[in-house]
Amino acid sequence: MANFETVEVSTDLLIIGGGMSACGAAVEAAYWAKKHGLKVTLVDKAAMDRSGAVAMGLSAINLYIGQAAGDNTVEDYVRYVRQDLMGITREDLVYSIARHVDSTVHLFEKWGLPIWKDENGKYVHEGRWQIMINGESYKIIVAEAAKNALNALGPDNIYERVFIVEPLMDGDRCVGAVGFSVRENKFYVFKAKAVLVGMGGAVHVFRPRSTGEGLGRSWYPPFNTGSSAYFTLKAGAEMTCQEVRFIPVRFKDAYGPVGAWFLLFKSVATNALGEDYMKTHPDVLEQYAPYGLTKPIPANLRNHLGLIDERAGKGPIYMRTEEAIQRLAEEMPDEKQRKKKLKELEAEAWEDFLDMTISQALLWAATNTFPEEKPSEIAACEPYFIGSHSGASGAWVSGPEDIAPAEYQWGYTNMSTVKGLFCAGDASGASSHKFSSGSFTEGRIAAKSAIRFIVENNEEPKVDAAYVEELKARVLKPLDTFEQYKGMTTDPDVNPNYIRPKQFMFRLQKIMDEYAGGVSKSFTTNKYLLERGLELLAMLKEDSEKLAAESLHELMRCWENVHRMWQAEAHIRSVLFREETRWPGYYIRADFPNLDEENWKCFVNCRWDRNTGQWEVFKRPVISIVD
Amino acid sequence: MPSYVIAEKCDGCKGQDKTACMYICPNDLMVLDKERMKAYNRDPQMCWECACCVKICPQQAMDLRGYADFVPMGASTIPLRGSEDIMWTIKFRNGTIKRFKFPIRTTPEGSIVPDAGFETGTDDLKSYVLFTEPGSLGCEVPTLKK
Repeated sequence: MANFETVEVSTDLLIIGGGMSACGAAVEAAYWAKKHGLKVTLVDKAAMDRSGAVAMGLSAINLYIGQAAGDNTVEDYVRYVRQDLMGITREDLVYSIARHVDSTVHLFEKWGLPIWKDENGKYVHEGRWQIMINGESYKIIVAEAAKNALNALGPDNIYERVFIVEPLMDGDRCVGAVGFSVRENKFYVFKAKAVLVGMGGAVHVFRPRSTGEGLGRSWYPPFNTGSSAYFTLKAGAEMTCQEVRFIPVRFKDAYGPVGAWFLLFKSVATNALGEDYMKTHPDVLEQYAPYGLTKPIPANLRNHLGLIDERAGKGPIYMRTEEAIQRLAEEMPDEKQRKKKLKELEAEAWEDFLDMTISQALLWAATNTFPEEKPSEIAACEPYFIGSHSGASGAWVSGPEDIAPAEYQWGYTNMSTVKGLFCAGDASGASSHKFSSGSFTEGRIAAKSAIRFIVENNEEPKVDAAYVEELKARVLKPLDTFEQYKGMTTDPDVNPNYIRPKQFMFRLQKIMDEYAGGVSKSFTTNKYLLERGLELLAMLKEDSEKLAAESLHELMRCWENVHRMWQAEAHIRSVLFREETRWPGYYIRADFPNLDEENWKCFVNCRWDRNTGQWEVFKRPVISIVD
Repeated sequence: MPSYVIAEKCDGCKGQDKTACMYICPNDLMVLDKERMKAYNRDPQMCWECACCVKICPQQAMDLRGYADFVPMGASTIPLRGSEDIMWTIKFRNGTIKRFKFPIRTTPEGSIVPDAGFETGTDDLKSYVLFTEPGSLGCEVPTLKK
């Protein structure tokens, strides 16, 4: 085995991840831990300042209720999310996040995040729930709060550049995690009384549209690699909505945001013939009633309508930026104010990209695109796994005592079905549309709950040394494999004894793209394709034992791809189980092309059994708590 | 477009154990070639173009070059990030230049207090009320009758 020092860290609460949910967890946990004399440790594979999906920045906060001002109610938000997810959502969890989210946004503002305000001092809304920010440093600000909170508890509570591979189990309780430093030869064993997972969603499970240098230009970041899903699955947790992938429509190729264009600038999108696809397919909306007939039309149905036109050869699909800008300028009473307005709109449009998708600004500049002069293409991205946006995949977690129905409540809020294992952000499922502010908020909720769990279940984890050694050998194996066989061929990339992580990722992406309804299949699949996909995935899984790593960086890539592979399997099994098409703009089951409210208005949950290695996929009821 | 390092400007963050770009890259892509004392992006195909490295580089030795498989050549987006603002210079393929300045932060770096001065009310670990509530919410935390 490769020569790695084993570093053991004992703590009370272990927070895994460094993004929005993990930072929220750190801030809240620090307060309660101090009161109860507990230790909190955070471990992140990156640097917290720029870790997670908000690394680049954001141009809006997409979840703000405005409770104190009476702008909206929490119930309003639950109805909105339920409608967008075609009726399938954990209303208790959405309610739980939404009732606290304003409290988080007000912290962000005081910490120094610039939020746009109107002349009356009210936040400027992009849409009903979205507020505009100058968010280049959003993540740095949030990370500073989290770091200050943890550092106030004592030294050495933060481990950056440590990649977590596996959960550490004590019987049916999760008692920590193991991983390795990507900077030095150290194997880490974190032992904890509770574990909070906030490792984000998954990208690059499906083949992206760009496969050359632009491979990394995914909409969601390429460093969200399915680690939350893997960790919770391997701990034996029940998972939910693993079929509910997310495919956003974005500006084509560079995936710049469309929210400001649709909501703030009131732009419309049309096909190449100038037809508004939202208006030309009433029959399709009828087919997906009641959701297709209720406003706002769900994100997946909006995708679906655009894709219908694209398949009919009516592309490209355009965002009519020039029309929107002219319309807004024309609202001004005179030429001078019109010019001023145009200048403002131009800065707002460019900031929208520069704050969160610099590539799109670059692509516009490189294609001499002036949005006030000509329209820009939009397109559906590739599928992603993200429980915080308009997807829903994640672990099945317990709801809050005061609002969750009995079927959704088994103890501690945001605890998975595994004792001591808490989830937030993309790691927790069926609570979509939490976005950045809601993910941070859910981290807070889960952290407070985890501290309570520790206080009420204050037992030392029991982990035997042989188990840790076994995990260490397993985690470091790709390094050993490379070392053992590298001399056999003259080119280290081509060797019959092993597979390197990048080709392994491409193999996974090809399976998912061609069998599970990726871009090249226009998001369409059926039972036979899915079953064939599972067969090929099984061989990929066998070959994952032969992954090889030349460096620590490549060792991380090996494990990231194993994590992606497990997310892929949970997805295929869940898509296969649900015999209907509920989210047609995300995927179409060609063999069951319609919505089936009678049989499938339910959650599809799954679980991998730690003892038998078998998967089970089953239904759970959807229970409404808001009219 | 992936980030790249301008050879002439990069000094490898001399004398430190790691370079600024290595420290910050969320995808662990930046590496220091210790013989040349220059950093490089080891896997441009996995670069998100978040430009965290470009913004943090103390020598302004980094930039983005549009993904070669779909971005026409000749444009650039250059940030200059200060403590309160960020300035952007956008150069178009046709030579047009646009400059923008946006605020990034309203408080001094390092000044953040986690509770932000809101009263930390409840001491009840069993309650759903979070540590800065109800102060930071501006109203009582709502519930539903089951």
